Amino acid sequence: MSAVDIQYPETEDEVARLVTEAKASNSSIEVRGGGTRLGLGRPSQSASALSVARLSGITNYDPSELVMAALAGTPLAEIEAALAVNNQMLTFEPMDHRPLLGASGEPTIGGVFAANASGPRRISAGAARDNLLGVRFVNGSGEIVKSGGRVMKNVTGLDLVKLMAGSWGTLGIMSEVTFKVLPRPETAVTIVVSGLNDAEAAEAMAAALAMSVEVSGAAHLPESVIHKFAGGSLKGGPATVLRLEGLKPSVEVRSERLLAEMSRRGTVSVLDGQTSQDLWREIRDVIPFADGTMKPVWKVSVAPSAGHQLVAALRLKTGVDAFYDWQGGLVWLRMEADPEADLVRQYIKAVGGGHATLIRADAATRASVPVFEPQPKPLEALSRRIKDQFDPAGLLNPGRMTAGM
Amino acid sequence: MSELIAFQEPDRAVIQRRPAIISDLANLLPEGCLITEERELVPFDTDAFVSYRRMPLAVVLPETTAQVAAVLKYCNDNAIPVIPRGAGTSLSGGAIPQEDAVVIGVSKMNRILEVDFPNRAAIVQAGVTNISISQAVDADGFFYAPDPSSQLACTIGGNIGMNSGGAHCLKYGVTTNNLMGVKMVMFDGSIVEIGGKALDAAGYDLLGLICGSEGQLGIVTEATVRLIAKPEGARPVLFGFESSVSAGACVTDIIGSGIIPVAIEFMDKPAIEICEAFAQAGYPMDVEALLIVEVEGSDAEMDAMLERIIEIARKHGVKTIKESQSATEAALIWKGRKSAFGATGRIADYICMDGTVPLGQLSHVLEKTSEIIDHYGLRVANVFHAGDGNMHPLILFDANDPEESLKAEMAGNDILKLCVDAGGCLTGEHGVGIEKRDLMRHQYTDADLAQQMRVRAAFDPKWILNPSKVFPLEGRNGSQPGIQSELDAGKTAA
Repeated sequence: MSAVDIQYPETEDEVARLVTEAKASNSSIEVRGGGTRLGLGRPSQSASALSVARLSGITNYDPSELVMAALAGTPLAEIEAALAVNNQMLTFEPMDHRPLLGASGEPTIGGVFAANASGPRRISAGAARDNLLGVRFVNGSGEIVKSGGRVMKNVTGLDLVKLMAGSWGTLGIMSEVTFKVLPRPETAVTIVVSGLNDAEAAEAMAAALAMSVEVSGAAHLPESVIHKFAGGSLKGGPATVLRLEGLKPSVEVRSERLLAEMSRRGTVSVLDGQTSQDLWREIRDVIPFADGTMKPVWKVSVAPSAGHQLVAALRLKTGVDAFYDWQGGLVWLRMEADPEADLVRQYIKAVGGGHATLIRADAATRASVPVFEPQPKPLEALSRRIKDQFDPAGLLNPGRMTAGM
Repeated sequence: MSELIAFQEPDRAVIQRRPAIISDLANLLPEGCLITEERELVPFDTDAFVSYRRMPLAVVLPETTAQVAAVLKYCNDNAIPVIPRGAGTSLSGGAIPQEDAVVIGVSKMNRILEVDFPNRAAIVQAGVTNISISQAVDADGFFYAPDPSSQLACTIGGNIGMNSGGAHCLKYGVTTNNLMGVKMVMFDGSIVEIGGKALDAAGYDLLGLICGSEGQLGIVTEATVRLIAKPEGARPVLFGFESSVSAGACVTDIIGSGIIPVAIEFMDKPAIEICEAFAQAGYPMDVEALLIVEVEGSDAEMDAMLERIIEIARKHGVKTIKESQSATEAALIWKGRKSAFGATGRIADYICMDGTVPLGQLSHVLEKTSEIIDHYGLRVANVFHAGDGNMHPLILFDANDPEESLKAEMAGNDILKLCVDAGGCLTGEHGVGIEKRDLMRHQYTDADLAQQMRVRAAFDPKWILNPSKVFPLEGRNGSQPGIQSELDAGKTAA
């Protein structure tokens, strides 16, 4: 984060020109949007930065088509406000990393997709990448490239759209994104099952997802973190929370069925309205660990039934606090001291595989510990070849994801 | 008959080595996995894009991933083109072979390896048919969502190749949204695993790139797919309209109102007649256009949703509304729709277009489509997934009439260009194959295509995998010197 010189191009052509110039002088570029996620990933190794913040504005939005296009630097807040007017939303609930990272600034829509930032509804509505329909970007050779489009179904050529999502600005500088939007659910309620331990909670969540009630969020908040949610109002020990959304009559019917099933497992209660909404935002933004410290925080993705096994194993070895989203498959870990990267990754393998991303740590740690899960050799080689095909000179966010790449 | 679509000139040197190649392949495979007799090769000379046929050099049907790897490595080492094949149901010619190519079919790899309900995932071999996954988990209350019309026959490997959709993907998404992981053989015979039961694998989204890559990046031998809890009930309702335009406008309004049914299918009059004659589904015959709208959930949910949909349909002057009264009726309604292609094939030859357009353009594109068809003096039946703008005009013609055949292909090209110009794309779920290959430049600039081809070359430096598909033959990047030597260097380092 020591970049001194930040350039703010105002057009896509200007982005292309700046990249071409950088290529000519062989100087690398730190790519950023609003800068709210600069503390995530390996520290920048570039002397100058390029921000897309001034490539801003919604370029196409017809609510009845359920699609929006916006320049990459458009603030997320502006997009969400425009959608709210039409009672629509980004269905993948992008996480706001600011509270956890202690960052300031305005998240941009380009940054959301570059980070593939998805929230609790990931398990039912897909990730950010599933909702991205089209991109325009400038590659490392300064060429303007588009992929995808503004229709829901598209198998015309290779899906570079997916590749751009979650590539952290290392393959190209996104200038415009086109994405799916959906109607906001008319009603949302949260069924709270209290008193389950981690293993029981995993079973309860699996049972809920196996029912035809369309659970759109399934998280487990153990005793150690429960007071951090909903203003401390969740009583009765650990809470397993299940969200139902949709038309009012439909949610009523589904709630009844889910409550009947869950009341056999623990004490049940229901949250609705703002309380329910706030709870899922707090889960999305990992509020219990937004503690103003730099204690290492991992985002671990494993099979849902393996999450609690991982945490149980880690607890025997090290100081760790944890809670679960995505039916138990997304484990947020806050380490007491050391990130214990080898231990975490070794145990992930032992419980059946998955991956860990070091979402928060000080810069020195992020420079020495692989932030993103190291890939097996053949896949890493393949990723390097792909990177070379977008950015042969290695100018764009070098080393942000993987050392030397 | 002259063919509109060109094939690459076969490599004579490869063809001359055929006897040696066959004997080498025989050494790599167990008994019964190699097909070389001409009459046995015939079923593999095309797919469901039957206007084009080429005899392959040989067909191999491996039983294991290791055998696929051995054959692929051999073909790469010897620069022999390879055509991956599932069930051969591609409508775009994605599995059509060429004279100098070895077809690698995955049909013998047809086992469901694991069903894991707590993690809502199934691990299946690539040759498993689409429907058999849903059948295997049905009793436990789950299903696999993408449901292409060919689901009785088509394989999951083929579905991944084409990122297949189906009628119900309006709610559940297409293959890429339901695929969690793959085991894949790379060009050089190395075997990689990407993704799995943990969501959103680390690093670049290789899984997203592989899905829909039409067999150009590797051969998928196993897949981990998402299982979803079956809805309590589902109810398709028929809405008949006086005009295609009102039906199209109704679709836009339903979606715009905030209701997402599980499916909205559109049929125009010719399609209604063809399907009704075949399936006796009880479709209304006195309307110009028909929507099949399916809602799902409990009775109370479906009632609530239908009430709103009916209100919208009335605003658009709906003429007939018919709710299915039983599971049998519901099944018949879908049988009619899903047999549309087959039923059409009984009365004429046809080619099926697959362009997708923004919802607001549906009516416009339907009108222009009929103008194009009139211009060529042909007939068209429109049957498609209206909810997501994925159009399927079936252009009817007589394949024995060379002039008419050519006209049909030209009309098809005009329609696809129309879709692109309306802000859509050439193909929503059938793939580019050979059929739409030469139209790619209408949708993409040279820089767009060059970027895609460079990515392709990162997976397959010699372009041996399904080489005549997707990218126009003219102006290809070709194999990229440098990549192979880097690979070799990487191997040494590893």
